[in-house]
Amino acid sequence: MNELGFPILSLMLAVPMAAAVACLFVSANAARWIALLATLVDLALGIVLWMNFDIGGAQWQFVEKAALFDRFSWALGIDGIALMLIMLSVFLMPICIGASWEAIETRVGEYMAAFLLMEVLMIGVFAAQDIFLFYIFFEAGLIPMYLIIGIWGGANRIYASYKFFLFTLLGSVLMLIAMFWMVNEAGTSDIPTLMAYDFPVEAQAWLWLAFFASFAVKMPMWPVHTWLPDAHVQAPTAGSVILAGVLLKMGGYGFIRFSLPMFPEASVDYMWLVLALSMVAVVYTSLIALVQSDMKKLIAYSSVAHMAIVTVGLFAFNRQGLEGALVVMLSHGLVSGALFLCVGVIYDRLHTREIDRYGGLSINMPRYALLFLLFTMASIGLPGTSGFVGEFLSLVGVYEVSSWAAIVCTTGIILGAAYMLYLYRRVAYGVIKSDDVAAMPDLNKREIALLLPIALVVLWMGVYPESFMAPMRKDVGALEARLASVKPAGDAQVKMGKAPALMPAAHAEEGHH
Amino acid sequence: MNYELWFQLASPEIVLSLSSLVLLLIAAWGGVQSSRLVSVLTVVALFGALALSFNFLLNPSFAEGADAFYGQYRMDRFASLSKILVFLSAIGCIIVAPKFFARGNLMRPEYPILILFASIGMGLMVSAVDLLTLYVGLEMQSLAAYVLASFLRSDDRSAEAGLKYFVLGALASGILLFGMSLLYGFTGTTSFIGIQTAFADGVSTGALFGIVFVLSGLAFKISAVPFHMWTPDVYEGAPTPVTTFFATAPKVAAMALTMRVAIEAFGGQQAVWQQIVIFVALASIILGGVAAIGQTNIKRLLAYSSINNVGFILIGLATGTEAGASAMMTYLIIYVAMTLGSFICVLDLNDREGRPVEEIAKLAGLSKTRPGLAAALAVFMFSLAGIPPLFGFWGKFVVFDAAVAAGLIPLAAIGIAASVIGAFYYLKVVKVMYFDEPADVIAPSDSTARMALVTLTALFVSPLGYFATLALSPVTAGAAKALFWAA
Repeated sequence: MNELGFPILSLMLAVPMAAAVACLFVSANAARWIALLATLVDLALGIVLWMNFDIGGAQWQFVEKAALFDRFSWALGIDGIALMLIMLSVFLMPICIGASWEAIETRVGEYMAAFLLMEVLMIGVFAAQDIFLFYIFFEAGLIPMYLIIGIWGGANRIYASYKFFLFTLLGSVLMLIAMFWMVNEAGTSDIPTLMAYDFPVEAQAWLWLAFFASFAVKMPMWPVHTWLPDAHVQAPTAGSVILAGVLLKMGGYGFIRFSLPMFPEASVDYMWLVLALSMVAVVYTSLIALVQSDMKKLIAYSSVAHMAIVTVGLFAFNRQGLEGALVVMLSHGLVSGALFLCVGVIYDRLHTREIDRYGGLSINMPRYALLFLLFTMASIGLPGTSGFVGEFLSLVGVYEVSSWAAIVCTTGIILGAAYMLYLYRRVAYGVIKSDDVAAMPDLNKREIALLLPIALVVLWMGVYPESFMAPMRKDVGALEARLASVKPAGDAQVKMGKAPALMPAAHAEEGHH
Repeated sequence: MNYELWFQLASPEIVLSLSSLVLLLIAAWGGVQSSRLVSVLTVVALFGALALSFNFLLNPSFAEGADAFYGQYRMDRFASLSKILVFLSAIGCIIVAPKFFARGNLMRPEYPILILFASIGMGLMVSAVDLLTLYVGLEMQSLAAYVLASFLRSDDRSAEAGLKYFVLGALASGILLFGMSLLYGFTGTTSFIGIQTAFADGVSTGALFGIVFVLSGLAFKISAVPFHMWTPDVYEGAPTPVTTFFATAPKVAAMALTMRVAIEAFGGQQAVWQQIVIFVALASIILGGVAAIGQTNIKRLLAYSSINNVGFILIGLATGTEAGASAMMTYLIIYVAMTLGSFICVLDLNDREGRPVEEIAKLAGLSKTRPGLAAALAVFMFSLAGIPPLFGFWGKFVVFDAAVAAGLIPLAAIGIAASVIGAFYYLKVVKVMYFDEPADVIAPSDSTARMALVTLTALFVSPLGYFATLALSPVTAGAAKALFWAA
């Protein structure tokens, strides 16, 4: 048993699961309350988890293991990285339920059940310590998400739901074959053991590609990102939040948990592929975002660009890059989720996502304009917001490996500022063009309750990122040590300046590479 | 010679044979009114045979298995497990039938009796260790099946299905028989072990033709590509309870038979038949997936789905290993539950006049008018597509694991990538039921028996099924081990 004396991770899976089943059998209003209650309980359990997480202690904590199945076991456990991503999931879930409170009127019970099931699967993905259990959680998310987009989505929802399902499925199946091979080779399906296992270098290339196919689609990386704008635009607001906030992070988590530690040699061999795709993605999708007339599509394309910053950070193979990538993941989860909520707020009032229909919202919706501005700035990466910390670290990290990649990807920040400010200007500034826009009321209490917590966390992460980076530090260090022997030389050869005396000793030491 | 032991070993078939003769007399004298009584007694007889098979499967004193009737018949764990699946499917198909035939008053006592005859044939098929027993069992099953396909005499589609099935089935039997005669000619024996011994130092060209013809004949019976053409027509035309039967019990029996022939009779010459099986498996997966996309009739769609699934099962055979055989048995168990469940869902789709509905388009919005049924059918569809966490994934899991362990990585990679094609049309059914506006043609269910069976199979196929894996795997592994007894 674990540190707390009760299986907290299983409990975090059981609570939403039980609530999901209950939601199917009760009235619409009861389903809303059950869902909210269950997600809040999970949030509380998540906080207990974080409080009791021993920073700098054992790598894997809260470990549970039960031999319930043939060939794979119910093995759960988390490290700091998984902890932070679980926190992100349980933090966003009550907000998603709240965002659907009034927007969803039909088949509420089934809707809430689908969301609660998503929560189970998301936590499961991050907590699984058995490779097959991970695969089951990872793939199972397709079914509820397919239903969420298809039943409660927009006009073109059926095309989007098919595209989402088939793209992701096709990406993932080859990963399963690779997993079979690995488990046959290593003789265990235990993830921590596999992470330390040295697979033959010639096999690594194939295994890496099989995993890459899956995570690149999930991430999503250019050119397999095309499902994302469709899925985002058609999904209901809360669906977009969970898709952008957590599901995309599964790709990055996969790289950290599987591709990098299990196939270090192949990761270095294919580094050019990842960097090249990411560079294309940053520039290309930012330019696409610039010309969008649909707000959700714009934010969806900006997600692809931000995820490309994550991949360059990950494939920098150094501490700054890895930590930066993780912070971008957390920050993007919050910020893009909040931006989708902001779109949802005005969509609920005017029922259109056309940017041109709006304008001058800062006049009649000042509170909304303020929060929207904050999230816009966080998305751009303004210092003081969460976006800055991660992007800065990622780009510093990748600069050590390839100056070209760093230069090209940094243009993404400028382009990001361009499309986000342009969006904000068109929506919030100027004059009010029509009466129906003028009649839009400002945020109500429910909407403030949804957006304010995210705003506070975004600022917290921007001002004092240490709270979020501390639990992950040791795990990033372990990964860095695993990659140390294969780390590429890089073209920039940066050296630390002569100012370490000004920094606290612990930080200065980490700076040397 | 130990007739007492031999009769004991063959007791499931003997029980069924005696009861079928008695029931035939009851039916002859009792007429149409006796159909309910005969159905009940048939189910009782099948449960008796089921109990005997369970005893053979689980009782340690039968763990080794034994030959009977001078090497014609073999009772082992493999045969017993297959028989359990066959008998359970048969019971299901008898239970759901009366309501279907009640409209138009077409229920006859011959229906359960024909299923009983077919079950005897299938029992013989899975226990056959000699080409002659194999052929007798296969024909016994087939003859009953031809009659069952055209059971709705007044219905043109049913009559056509019966005729088509008969003509093509007879052709396949001819091919099989020709292959068997070649094998006998070149090896001088009809027993599987004898053939294996004769093949120990290589296969002559003539015998190779024999192997190809025998496998072709068997491919017809399991409806694997390129011998699948009859399947959609027969599945569509036959009365739905009969289609349910065709898709489950005979499929298990024919697959088990194919396994025994390939592994026992041709076991030493795996290299000869492996490429055939690999081709048939991939062709079935791909064609079963692609051809299903355009289907508008749910029974035809499920026919292609069964072709698709047979392809996945054959991947296990292509490995030629014990793990592969065990995986096939696991897949068959799950396949039977999924297929039985989805066909019973189809049986429950009736319009307000009680006419069966088979058009997929008419299922539109079923999730609003019949949420329970729609949820069950969605579970079966996702499960057939092999999407975790549903239990259908486990079947694919074990089969592909066996393929990778046997080194057939390209086969596994192509097979699993092609499974995505299949996912497309399963999604279509879910889309029609959940995303489309209600067409409101489907009437509420009028049968608790059907609903109970659907619930039961849906629960087995749901993620709860994984809790059965610890109990199932020793059983399937034991069955697979029995198959390799001579190796």
